[in-house]
Formats: sequence, structure tokens, C-alpha cells
Amino acid sequence: MARMKFLCDAERCIECNGCVTACKNENEVPWGINRRRVVTLDDGLPGEKSISVACMHCTDAPCAAVCPVDCFYTTEDGVVLHDKDLCIGCGYCFYACPFGAPQYPQKEAFGVRGKMDKCTFCGGGPEPDNSAIEKKMYGANRLAQGKLPLCAEMCATKALLAGDGDMVADIYRERVLKRGGRPNSWGWETAYRKNV
Amino acid sequence: MKLTKKRELNPNESGGLNGVLGKAVDRRTFLRRAGLAIGGGAVAATLPPSMIQKASATVTVGADMTDAPVDTKLSVCTHCSVGCGVRAEVQNGVWTGQEPDFTSPFNMGGHCAKGASVREHGHGERRLRYPMKLVGGKWKKITWAEAIDEIGDKILEIRESSGPDSVYWLGSAKYSNEQAYLFRKFAALWGTNNVDHQARICHSTTVAGVANTWGYGAMTNSYNDMHNCKAMFFIGSNAAEAHPVAMQHILRGKENGAKMVVVDPRFTRTAAHADHFVRIRPGTDVPLIWGVTWHIFNNGWEDKEYINQRVYGMDEIRAEVAKWTPDVVEDVTGAPESVVKEAARLMAENRPSTIVWCMGGTQHTIGNNNTRAYCIMQLALGNIGKSGGGANIFRGHDNVQGATDMCVLSHSLPGYYGLSDGSWKHWSRVWGLDYEWVKSRFDTTYVDMKPQGTTEEGDLPVPFANPMNSAGIPVSRWIDGVLEDPRNIDQRDALKAMIFWGHAPNSQTRGPEMKKAMETLELLVVIDPYPTHTAVLPDRLDGMYLLPAATQFETYGSVTASNRSLQWREKIIDPLFESKPDHTIMYLLAQKLGFADELTKNIEVVEDEPLVEDILREINSGTWTIGYTGQSPERLKLQLANKHTFNVTTLKAEGGPCDGEYYGLPWPCWGTPEMAHPGTPNLYDPSKPVAEGGLCFRARFGVEHNGKNLLAEGSYPVGSEIKDGYPEFTAAMLQQLGWWDDLTAEEKVAAEGKNWKTDLSGGIQRVAIKHGCAPFGNAKARAIVWTFPDPVPIHREPLYTSRYDLVAKYPTYEDRRSHYRLPTRYASIQATNYSTDYPLIYTSGRLTEYEGGGEETRSNAWLAELQQDMFAEINPADANDAGVTDGQWIWLESPEGAKIKVKAMVTPRVARGVVFAPFHFGGWYEGVDLLDKYPEGAAPYVRGEAANTAFTYGYDSVTQMQESKCSLCRISAA
Repeated sequence: MARMKFLCDAERCIECNGCVTACKNENEVPWGINRRRVVTLDDGLPGEKSISVACMHCTDAPCAAVCPVDCFYTTEDGVVLHDKDLCIGCGYCFYACPFGAPQYPQKEAFGVRGKMDKCTFCGGGPEPDNSAIEKKMYGANRLAQGKLPLCAEMCATKALLAGDGDMVADIYRERVLKRGGRPNSWGWETAYRKNV
Repeated sequence: MKLTKKRELNPNESGGLNGVLGKAVDRRTFLRRAGLAIGGGAVAATLPPSMIQKASATVTVGADMTDAPVDTKLSVCTHCSVGCGVRAEVQNGVWTGQEPDFTSPFNMGGHCAKGASVREHGHGERRLRYPMKLVGGKWKKITWAEAIDEIGDKILEIRESSGPDSVYWLGSAKYSNEQAYLFRKFAALWGTNNVDHQARICHSTTVAGVANTWGYGAMTNSYNDMHNCKAMFFIGSNAAEAHPVAMQHILRGKENGAKMVVVDPRFTRTAAHADHFVRIRPGTDVPLIWGVTWHIFNNGWEDKEYINQRVYGMDEIRAEVAKWTPDVVEDVTGAPESVVKEAARLMAENRPSTIVWCMGGTQHTIGNNNTRAYCIMQLALGNIGKSGGGANIFRGHDNVQGATDMCVLSHSLPGYYGLSDGSWKHWSRVWGLDYEWVKSRFDTTYVDMKPQGTTEEGDLPVPFANPMNSAGIPVSRWIDGVLEDPRNIDQRDALKAMIFWGHAPNSQTRGPEMKKAMETLELLVVIDPYPTHTAVLPDRLDGMYLLPAATQFETYGSVTASNRSLQWREKIIDPLFESKPDHTIMYLLAQKLGFADELTKNIEVVEDEPLVEDILREINSGTWTIGYTGQSPERLKLQLANKHTFNVTTLKAEGGPCDGEYYGLPWPCWGTPEMAHPGTPNLYDPSKPVAEGGLCFRARFGVEHNGKNLLAEGSYPVGSEIKDGYPEFTAAMLQQLGWWDDLTAEEKVAAEGKNWKTDLSGGIQRVAIKHGCAPFGNAKARAIVWTFPDPVPIHREPLYTSRYDLVAKYPTYEDRRSHYRLPTRYASIQATNYSTDYPLIYTSGRLTEYEGGGEETRSNAWLAELQQDMFAEINPADANDAGVTDGQWIWLESPEGAKIKVKAMVTPRVARGVVFAPFHFGGWYEGVDLLDKYPEGAAPYVRGEAANTAFTYGYDSVTQMQESKCSLCRISAA
């Protein structure tokens, strides 16, 4: 059985936000909700690095651990999903998540947090696969169509990888071997230390 | 809190869900007791459960498309020039899905933010929906018939009173090749050369500089070929943000071991991936390149055999380069010797090495010097004409290469034929029109009116004999075409009408003067999918029209990527709302203006839409200079269906119906389609026979100069029967060589008295290639362009320079009385030192999320959300000096008096003394949001001050490229 994982290869990520708009496009995510975002470290400085971040679909997901209504569940492929009919939009998962993945619509009941929304690994939700209601509430279910998340499939530089963790690891390992060790971009030694 | 792993739920198991719900009540109670529920949460908890909205209750399920059949259409992204394949899923005529196009050898499924969001075009919430005109300052809906009628009447009236040159046809790099060609023909049949497009202000200095160095002014290799580089030298190119998918190929090259050098005033996102970064002062490209070349010559790293065989004039370059010793280079550019030498070493020790440049190099008053200096460095290293080497000049828009090739340009006819009588006769013949009739469309009486125009030296566009043969006003200068005293303009009258047909005015400099020019015009027409900055900038009450054009996803045709490959686009959806494809609008206007039959003599018209395939066939039948002759619609469609058969590094099809062809039949694709030339993947590469895509440098500049041979010596493409240089092929040359009888009887009739560019049968090209020869001859590249103002590229300080102390040593040009019909100022501006009052250098560039003037992309919610504020990057030191903090609103003022209000982004990305702003914003003017001037519902989501409002005067000495990479400014808290 597959264990779905994302991996963002920081040597290739160029912060083009292709993954972000691919997600918007595929899941029709409204303005203000960012299931995926690109984070840049040391912006404008030697050693600048970008990585694309979304829900990491943790094996022991802290969001699920703290959820007061137990709306989370893990699919057979290791994708962490949640049930919006159960979610109360409390935002406790937001505290627990190390990646800032949970998102809250801004214009729902009482002008506060609505139902939580997050990356589904393009795996839909608890409604029937690829039903209209699933599409509306959770976005696309590409996994059920035999496809991978669109963010990774459309990544401009193939930095963002998604799929069975073993295969993702193989691809990344091959790249690291080919590059020969540490990043070789300008400023690495300035930002860190020589020969690290 | 519960920290144990939750059991896996079967979502379809209702019992499980009930169980969860049951527990949830307890948890909510717990939370309230623990005092954690505050604010809105506390209120919610006290309300009856029925008030708490369930997500499912808010869902209004729209038309259920899940079961409708899916139709897949293949197109090409309409943003940058990489040419990424777009795979669209259409259901019941609605664009419902976008899948990665893994079969495209250009992007292999990848997209940047813009490409990944193109489906939004299928929704078009912010599009122009119907034709409108300005009545008393309000937009009023009108019909297409009314619009064409009223606009046509006004244009004809202006033609009567001021002549055809008073109507300006401003075209677009967003056209397909067919539309671009038809538009240039349209302007010709209207009778003016006042036609131009964005290429003027993006890569015109490249086209002029590069074509005058070795033959063609285009990217020599391809993005894919960068897999083969051993080193890459980026200067004035920020590929990571401007051409993101190109980075897929660049990083692949890097992972193959290539060393990556980035030269830029900013530490760009591209620089963040480089092995070596060289920061320079904006506007010092020539000193930096000569600094690098100094080390190349000093260490004997130049390719001497290559230079002897294939380069003319390198000795003159050596003399100039000798002046650029490391200390001088450091003083002028700011780059220290060790850094410059390392760049030279990386390029020399890792060959083949390529150079990449973009607008950071081109948009200068000495842009043509910059581009030629880049070429010369590559010639010295022997890198041109080699896989992994070359000059990989990344173009900006999806079809700016094609629109340039089709010459939507004021100084040439399609295929760079120029404007001579011979060129007009060639195209008249292709069009099936009488040359005299075409000539009669122009303002021929003007010759008698103003016969005393002074001329300048050289073959630059000069005051003329006939408006038909003189380069028209370039897009960069249309403002002056309106505002300048008509007595100083080399045409009968000033411009009275502007047709903005796919152009963002905020991509142009001198905002206040542009606003005034827009208010001075008698007629202002915008034909575009969006209202653009034009619709809101001028304070007008009437005399303005907005016509909705369809995007390229709502029509079909061919598009040329930066690497000269043509791709066929399928139509994804029908034109939205009342919009029409550009070529249909051209036909409707031509009908009104009375030359529709001439425009479409060889082209079938179905319900006012000229048949795209027929237009391409006409292009094929006439564009011999650059080999746009072999790419028939049939061959392009066959490639579209077999994209997956092309190798992603070589771009060559391996097996399948396109076996041996290069992807997109990159031009030159010689001869007729029947000749089945595979296209030319890398220009000037003699390691392949010409018949298989090999070439040599073009014999374009004669056979000798100053008594020296200009033809190649001992270098020729593999399989050439002439083992040396030779001039371009003519009928007479075939006879001399004894190859005349290789022509068929029909070809002989057509070829008699013609040359490789004008023989409409293609026979001369076919026979030359049969004998292994390049139709355009085999010559040396020239390092000195004796027809240009600076034959040897030299440094000249910008008009608004931060180093006024260097002006005496590196002064700009003298003012010119007439260049492209207009007076052009240089020295009179540089005479004043502005750097004391305006101490910061002002430069501009791209963001990934937006493109060009940004109207289209800022109207796309998925993109607009990612960049919501116009900003300027300011070094922390300069911010502190000005008392400005990060995120604060500031005024940025130009020495010409314009001011823009933007947010400060304080970052070390820019050097001290440099301010950078992205040029995609519009819809504001000098601190005011012009939201209320947009037609209802058509304002882009994000509006902001146009960076170019505050850019100043300054134009390239050869092409009139605008200076928008180096000016001065000052900043203050707003």
C-alpha cells in the first residue's frame, strides 16, 4: 500500500508559485484560503532557499490528535483528510500543525472561523468519490482518478514531488547523488560554513 | 489532549461518524470549561445548534459536470516565450479542467503560477464583455456594427485631413503568427508604417544587434539545449521569475555539471541558484562584458582558430577591451577584479558555455551596444554555433518571437524584408496585388511637400523619399508622435488616432506625458480582452472605444516560442461574451475601410473570419528570408498529435510520423513544406548538414570590408560541396556553379533573375541545400557593425546617471534631428546633473505572478491574490537614510517630475543606492486609484501605480528601445 508524501526539493524550487495556482485551479479554492504556499528563507540574501509547503499528511498527525470533534481520518494511502460536516472551525488544529496547513474561510458564520480547509493531497473528502458535493466541499479527487496532486504534477522545475513515499525518496536520492552532496549555490559558504 | 494515534476511519461507515460526533460534544464542553473558548467561539457556543451553519447546507451544487463527456484540447500558454503546452478539458463547451501536458518537450507538464492558472481565462470574470464607447465620461454599451462604423468613419476622416500616417496601429505580441502577419499586412494596405508592437520595447536592440552581428536576431539554441551547457552566463535575465519553466532546463543543465554565473544589479531568485554572482551598477553591461573579455584575452582563453575562420573585426575589439583593465571595470561597474575574473574563468574553462540575456541588457540607450558586446564575448570563446553554447536570448511574450518575425514593426515587412521598393514588390507579388496600387495607399504627396529632409550617415532609418520606405514612429515614441510639433515630425501631420490592439501602456515610460498624449488624441481605441490602463489613464469625456477581443484560448493558430519553434494551438472554447478573435476584427475593420478584398485575396473568409490555415499558407509562400516556408499547417498539426515522440534534450523526433524533424520546425525551416526540411535546432552549427538543420553564419554584409574577406575561411557545414565561404545564393550563382539544371522547368521560370529570398518556388533554396550549402551564404560574423553609431560597442553613461563624474569620459550621443521620424535627445538631457537631487538609481523587472502590463494577470483572482500591492525594493541603508520602514507607503519621484505612491519593501536584494520596482501594475496614477474609471465589473482585482510612470526619457540609438532599466529617483515617506 502506498504511503503518500510530498517532498519539496529546495535546490530546484524557484518560488514561482505554480503549485499554489495549480491548487487553486484544481480545487477552486477561494481567495484567502491557501492550501499550499511557498516559503522563502533568507529572502534576498546569500543562501536564499524556497520550499513549497502544504499539509504534510503526517503519519501521526498532530491536528488529528488535538481535534475536539475527531473530524480527521487517514485514508488507506496515508492521506490525512477531514470531515467538514463534523469540523467546528475551532482552529485547534491550527495550533497543533507544525506547518500552518489548516486554513479558515473568512466570510463564514459570524465573521469568524468557518469550517477548516486544508490540502487533501487532491484526495477529496468523505463524500462519494468525484461527486459534485465532494468537489464543492473538498475540491478535486485526483487520487480516485489515478492521478497525483496537481501542484506536484505541474511544478515548473519538478521541485515538488508527490506520490508514494518510497518512489519520491528514490527520485530525490538519485538527484542528491548526481549533484554530489551539499548545495552548490552562491553564498552557501557565506551563509553557513565552509565544507558543511 | 489526546496524543494517541487515531484509528483510521472508513468515511462511508455511518456508525463511525456518529461515534465521532458523540465524542465531539464532550470535547466542546471541555473546551468551554477550560476557558479556552473566547470571542466568537464563546458566542457560538451559546447559540442554538441550528444557527451554526453546516458546510453542507451552504453548498449550492451548480450544474453537475461530473458526468458530461470530456473533450481534451491542446494549446500553448499565452504568457512567456517558453511555449509550455496547455492541456485543457472541456465539458459542454465549458473549460472545466486543466491537466499537465506531460507530452510537451518544452515544459514536460510543468507550469509557473501563470501557466497553472490559465483556465481562469475560461471564466473571464473581469473581461470586457461588449463594445463600449465613452459618452460624457461614462462607458456606454454599443453594438459591434456601431463600433466598427463609428471608428471607421473617424479614421477615414483623419486619413482625409492628415493622411494615413496620422493613424497609429499598435499591435501585439499576443497575436498568433497568422494574426500578426495579417495585422502587418493590414497596416501596409492602410498605407502606413506607423505600426509596431511590444518587441520594440523588449528585445528590439537584441534583434538589431544580433542580426547585424551574425545574420539572424533570434535565440540561437533552445531552452532544452541548455541541458548540454558546461557553463551558463546570465546577464540582465531573471529566468526564475520571468521564464520559470526555463529553469527546469537550466537546473537540469546545472545538475549535469554546468556552472551558473549570474550578473545582475539585484540578487535575483535566479542568482540564488547560481554558482557565482556578480553584482553590477545598472547600465554598465558593456564595461562588465569587456572586463570579462579582458581576462579572456589576457589569459589566451579565446578560441583563435574559430576567430580566424568565422569572425571579422576582432582586432578592433581587442583595442577597445584593452582599455577595460580590472581597476577601470571595478570603478565603473562596481564588480571587483576577483569576481569578474572568476566569471571569465568559469566561462572559459567550461565550454561549450552559453550566454542568456533579457531586458536587463536590452532596455538602454546603448542597448544595441550591450547586445553586440554579449555576442562578441561568445564569439571570442568560440561558443556560437555549438550545442551547449550559443546566445540563448529569452524573449518575453508567448508570441513576441513570431510577431517580430512577422514584423509588426515600423521598420520592416514580414520576414525582416525591410521597406525598400524591392521588399514591397516581393510582398505585393505574394499578396497578389499590384505594387503601384499598394504604393498609392501611402501618403505619396508628402514627398513633394517636404523634400528637404536632411539625411544622416549610415543605413539607419533616415528622413526619406516616400513614407512607404521610411521607418514609422516606433511604439516607444508614439507619445512624441502626438505631442511633438508636426513641423519636426517627418510625416505630414502628428498622430491623431491610436489603436491599442493588445498593448499595455503602463509598459511604457514617461507617464505624465503619455497621459497628456492620450488626452490630445482625437480618437483612442482599445481592442483587448481587458480594458487595460489605457481605459482609465486619460481624463477624457469622449472619443474613446473599448472593443472586446478574444484570447488565444478562444481561437487557434500557430505561435513561435523563443527558440524559433512553431506550435499549433487548438481552440479550447468559443469566444467569451461578445468578444471576437483579432483576425475577425481586422477583417471587419478592413471591410469598413475598403480593403478587405485585397487583404484576403488568397485567404478564404468564413462568416467574417479569415481562415487561419490559409493565412499561414500565405506566410509560407513569402517568408523565405528566415525559413518560415516549411511550416505548413499540416506539418504543425502532425507534430501536435505526436509531441511525445520528440527527445526532450535534442528536440528531435525519434521514430513516429515526424521522425527526424525538430520540435516546432524551428526556423529556418528551409524550402517548401514538400521539401520536408526538419527545422534548425541550433543556429550556425556546422556540425550538421544544412539539410538536417546545420548552418553557418549568414553572408549579409557583403563579401569584403576594408579590403578584408568577410566570408568564412575553412569553415562550412558538414557535407557542403563548397569547402569555404560563399555569398548568398542567386540565380546567377547557381548558373556559375553549374547547378542551374538541378532546378525543375517550373522552378527555372520562377527563379530567373531572383535570389534565395525572392524566388517564390523555393528552387534556389532547394538546390543550394541539395549541394550541402546554406541558401544565405557562408560568412564570418562581424564584431564591428560599421553601419551603427558605435561600430565597436562602447560604454556610454545613461542619460540620467548616478555617476556624473564619468560623463566626461563616457558621454552619450549628440541629439539627433530625426530618427524614426522624430527628434531624439541625448546630450541635451545628460548636460544636467540630476544625481544630487535624485540620488538613487531606479530600475525595474518582472514578478512571476504577472506578465507585461499585468492587466490580464491582475484580473485573474488566483494570481492577483499572490501579489496584492505595488512595491519598490529598497536597500535597508537607503530606507534608513530616507526614514522609511518596511511596508510603509512611500513617494518615488523622478527627475522629470513624475511621482508614484508605492509600498516600501526593505531588502538587501538590491544594492545600496538602487531602487527596484516591478512593472506589472497599473490602474493608479500619481497616488490615485482609478477604480471608478473602469467599465463596471471590468477592473482588475489588483491595481497599483505603474512603475514606468516614473521612468524617464531615453531611447536606443539604433532601434528607439526605451531606457527603462536605469534612471534616477528619490524616495520619501508618503
